[in-house]
Amino acid sequence: MEFIICILAGILFATGIYNILQKQMLRIILGTGLISHGAHLFILTMGKLKRGQPPILTEGVSRYTDPLPQALILTSIVISFGITSLILVLSFRTAKENQTDNMDQLRGTEHE
Amino acid sequence: MSNLAVLPIIIPLVAGIVLAFTHKKIKLSRGIAKCFSLLYLAAAGFLNWQVHQSGTLVLETGGWKAPYGIIMVADQLSALLIMTTAVIVAACVFAAASVVGERMEYHYFYAFFYFLITGVSGAFLTGDLFNLFVFFEVLLMASYALITVGAGKVQLREAMKYMLINLFSSVLFVTAISFLYAVVGTVNMAQIAERVQDVQQKGILTTIAVLLFFVFATKAALFPLYYWMPKSYAVPNPVVSAIFGALLTKVGIYSILRVFSLIFVYRTDLTHDAFLWIAGLSMIFGIAGALSTSNVKLIIAYNIIPAIGFILLGIGVFNQSSLSGSVYYLIHDMFIKTALFLIVGALAYAAGTSNLKKMGGLIHDYPVLGWLMFIAGFVLAGIPPFSGFIGKFMLLRGAFENGDFAIAIIGLLTSLLILYSVIRIFINGFWGEAKDYGERKSLKGYIGPISVLLACSVVLGVGAEWFMPALDSISNQLLDPEIYIKSVLKE
Repeated sequence: MEFIICILAGILFATGIYNILQKQMLRIILGTGLISHGAHLFILTMGKLKRGQPPILTEGVSRYTDPLPQALILTSIVISFGITSLILVLSFRTAKENQTDNMDQLRGTEHE
Repeated sequence: MSNLAVLPIIIPLVAGIVLAFTHKKIKLSRGIAKCFSLLYLAAAGFLNWQVHQSGTLVLETGGWKAPYGIIMVADQLSALLIMTTAVIVAACVFAAASVVGERMEYHYFYAFFYFLITGVSGAFLTGDLFNLFVFFEVLLMASYALITVGAGKVQLREAMKYMLINLFSSVLFVTAISFLYAVVGTVNMAQIAERVQDVQQKGILTTIAVLLFFVFATKAALFPLYYWMPKSYAVPNPVVSAIFGALLTKVGIYSILRVFSLIFVYRTDLTHDAFLWIAGLSMIFGIAGALSTSNVKLIIAYNIIPAIGFILLGIGVFNQSSLSGSVYYLIHDMFIKTALFLIVGALAYAAGTSNLKKMGGLIHDYPVLGWLMFIAGFVLAGIPPFSGFIGKFMLLRGAFENGDFAIAIIGLLTSLLILYSVIRIFINGFWGEAKDYGERKSLKGYIGPISVLLACSVVLGVGAEWFMPALDSISNQLLDPEIYIKSVLKE
């Protein structure tokens, strides 16, 4: 199970990085979204995947799911959600002000 | 008493929340912001005194014992950095009233400013790697807002690149933490440090170390990951530039200092020797950038890179003298970069341009600013007895003790070029024929804070003797991870 999820995370990273290397701004942002999904899957996998076991350790329970990665992934999802929405708004403004969404044309050294 | 460790996070957080509601009343906002900056300064001073008196303070939030709950650790290094931050915050807030402009103040400048400080203080105080990530995000979020508030074309363009590179490195940070969690099963830094010693396969740990270094090096703007930094730091308002230049890159280098003195110290020949190369290249490329431009703001922004290089040099050499030097240089650079960004901000405002070729003779109209620039240049470049000299002396002494002659010589040559790059601003900007800049502008808001910061720098240099015992005990703590582990886990 861990293997499959690891490969899935790898595919997400690869597609994300492919998108980041594009010139169009929206694609880059989608790319960052994809790699952050990859990272989240990774966190979950690193705490070992199990089915149907409680995330708490009480008496009588010898096999339990690690609760920490779930807390970490929740925090991380919230943060990346916030940043992605901010960056979408910002890219919209940037594209509108500069009248281009091509990163090559945004390289610029003018207006210094 | 351990609750004191969370005060430097709570105070700016409360300030930010309050100021978010009062943004329409600009005079009131200024007053509140100033009061909170003084409160923060007082809390930082008290925290320092407490840590000095009774040793490391550890706050276990919610009463959860150390490895299980979230902890805040205020050791001497953290407390010292909080103190420096507090002075810079006060200087920036007092400068902001006349520098930032009402439009930006109306658009939540003070609220974002204090949220940024919340993140910075949190990053300095946390004892937990995942919380380090969270506080990084807090400060980055605020910085994204600050860099774009009142944005024009250029600011948006540079902010976009700044955000994308930081977003990417944050994702890598999460990945690195999850790797580390899989190997050692904890995110508490003290416990990681303890368990790392028992890990059989060190190879995987070294891979994680490199990944974490990549993340922190991106935030700290080290070679070859600095390309996003100079322009995005040069475009915003002077106060924003000052706080970015003083604090954001320093949080990155602080994280390197913490992680690579506490956790990844088992193969210093592999990791720390590579740091020396990176430090050397950062110095060379950073100073080359500073010499290649005639934009005064860019010159100062590029000067951040060799400074970070110097601090990394100390971490790479990794002996007592060099680590004291790193810490000292870190503090020195925080003060002087804030002062310099404010000075060039005032310079660009007075001349109406930031292009050095269009300036000249400003000393006739603005003598005080000219002499402040002169002193700041000397402090930055390291002319004795100023603080830059003491820091570099300790760092290079450490390098010579270790036999790393090449890097020490690169450091010496870089210092000369740093002096040249700053004095160029003084010569071209202040000397020569006065040009017509229109009406003389009032720099009242700038001069006070700049003088205070420079005074701190000068005291740091002239009174270096007083700080030596504290620096020695900090570097001893850094050299011996056991002290940190014991103070946190209390075994």
